[in-house]
Amino acid sequence: MDAVDGNAIGGLLIDVFGTDMTAASSTCATCGASRPVAELVVYRQAPGTVVRCRTCGSVLMVFVRAHGAIGTDLTGLASLSQPGSA
Amino acid sequence: MARTALRGRLTWQVATVASVTRETASVVTIELDPPHWPGHRAGQHLDVRLTAEDGYTAEREYSIASAPGEPVAITVERLEDGEVSPYLTGELRAGDELEMRGPVGGYFVWEPGDGGPLLLLAGGSGIVPLRSIMRHRRRTGSDAPAYLLYSSRSWEDVIYRDELGQYHDGVQVSYTLTRGHPAGWAGHTGRIDQALLTQVAWPAEANPLAYICGPTSFVETAAAGLVGLGYQPERVKTERFGGTGGH
Repeated sequence: MDAVDGNAIGGLLIDVFGTDMTAASSTCATCGASRPVAELVVYRQAPGTVVRCRTCGSVLMVFVRAHGAIGTDLTGLASLSQPGSA
Repeated sequence: MARTALRGRLTWQVATVASVTRETASVVTIELDPPHWPGHRAGQHLDVRLTAEDGYTAEREYSIASAPGEPVAITVERLEDGEVSPYLTGELRAGDELEMRGPVGGYFVWEPGDGGPLLLLAGGSGIVPLRSIMRHRRRTGSDAPAYLLYSSRSWEDVIYRDELGQYHDGVQVSYTLTRGHPAGWAGHTGRIDQALLTQVAWPAEANPLAYICGPTSFVETAAAGLVGLGYQPERVKTERFGGTGGH
């Protein structure tokens, strides 16, 4: 399965967070690298989506769609912040 | 500036296909007429969902090809092993209905206020969101200088060829063809590399704003190359659509 990037899951992220998150800044809890969510490495294999750090490869976020809900695991992130938010 | 953030959740809606225009042997542009369209920003995409008779659904995202203010359109390349693109490129007709939602994306977008100079690097169908940016630049009367380098397999595979040939007034367009070229071809040949980037890219001192869209390998090579030339990483925006794609 080829990797895409965080731009491709903009719609999924709106489903989860209720707002565009592709321009949000992410920080990897493993290596500390910060970059926009759009620049993260994304692997999609239905029903799951795995988002990895482009610096160290650690898993940052996992989303699984099942029975009309989306299970979300964000434990690989140290932070996730919207541009312009206080 | 209105952001997607202010519009709340995305809702699936059924758009009517206004027209289907063939661009190349494997690429079509589909103009859509959705019942509710809040307007889009140059560079955004929309999600398309196909549902089979047995209820199986497949979703794909496609970059919006038109500029803000123009009727919403997507340009789709047929992928031979695809679940969605063979239908969109081969069977969809004007008057058909298509389930979609959008617009999506707040990162790979350009507004006239973002300025330039703009360096636009397209690999294959990665030209689509860059075409929206170029049209938006023109429609808004932006004076940001723009340089487009478009990497394509062949001249026949170049999407929007006639339109791209009509740009002037601060826009330069060049091509590199990676799998053969017409007799007498005066453009570039071969895949994008550091030598080609060095030749075409605005100098880093001009503080350029770069947008790179294409297959992952194309984007990685181009982005690393620009940073190597001194471009600020935060002014090199990238969108990877995976695969080896045609570029």
